[in-house]
Amino acid sequence: MSILALYNNLNTFLYLAALLFGMGIYGLVTRRTLIGMLIASELILAAASINFMAFNRFTAPDPTVGQVFTLFIMAIAAAEAAIGLSIVIAVYRNYKSIDTEDLVELKG
Amino acid sequence: MNPSMAITEAPGLLTADGLTGLIFLVMMATTIIGGIIACCAKRLVRAVAGLIVCFIGVATLYYFLNSPFVAMMQMLIYVGAVCIAIAFAIMLAAPEESQKTGPSGPLSGPLGFITAGIVTFGLLVLASRTKFTVFPKVSNGTVKELGIQFLTSYSMVFELISIVLLVAIIGALVIARAGRSK
Repeated sequence: MSILALYNNLNTFLYLAALLFGMGIYGLVTRRTLIGMLIASELILAAASINFMAFNRFTAPDPTVGQVFTLFIMAIAAAEAAIGLSIVIAVYRNYKSIDTEDLVELKG
Repeated sequence: MNPSMAITEAPGLLTADGLTGLIFLVMMATTIIGGIIACCAKRLVRAVAGLIVCFIGVATLYYFLNSPFVAMMQMLIYVGAVCIAIAFAIMLAAPEESQKTGPSGPLSGPLGFITAGIVTFGLLVLASRTKFTVFPKVSNGTVKELGIQFLTSYSMVFELISIVLLVAIIGALVIARAGRSK
């Protein structure tokens, strides 16, 4: 298979999504601030969406279903980002820090 | 791009298919580089910038997957709303000296890299060894069909997701407002 015909291949998208997922996992376990972890989780959600869209394009009988799922993932991700960022701001107001090392005591 | 028509012979670089493949390779590299910046950058502002680059690449990949509407929504929602919200949160909540994100904890450093590497390797092996069944298409997946599906088969989910978004926005306002007088 030529390298210029890669976009017509299911496995290309699956490999790319796996790489993005791995980057998200790496960011999630190594970041020490809450916002950094939120950014990494957005990468994981993007990888899941790419998988949905790739199977939707190449194997699924009805190509609208994967698009519907991806749009719902986007809506859930937007809601998750809004809630997560407001929690970050509330935490910062109480602790004057968003470092996960400083947040080990949970008593408000 | 007919889904059932796979390109068998190698396209030349200066044909339409070859240039499409070249643009795809460039955007795939953009996605990967943006993801690396987003997960490894020292400063959070740079990580958000990398996330924006990565999402622009992902939107182009959606375009290559026959879904221009989802590509547009990716640009609007992720690049236009989520990344800007994260940038605002960094400006509000992260003082300049604490934006350094050095390693800490048992999973940081090489152990975290090994963890992510194992997950990625497992997914790559799984994707390369599985044989997927290809079903014949019953529709083309155009924007018109997408709209019909949204307002007939998935109308209940559509309404529920609206309620979820409304509750999330109100909840975000309430949580961010609590203790503001301190």
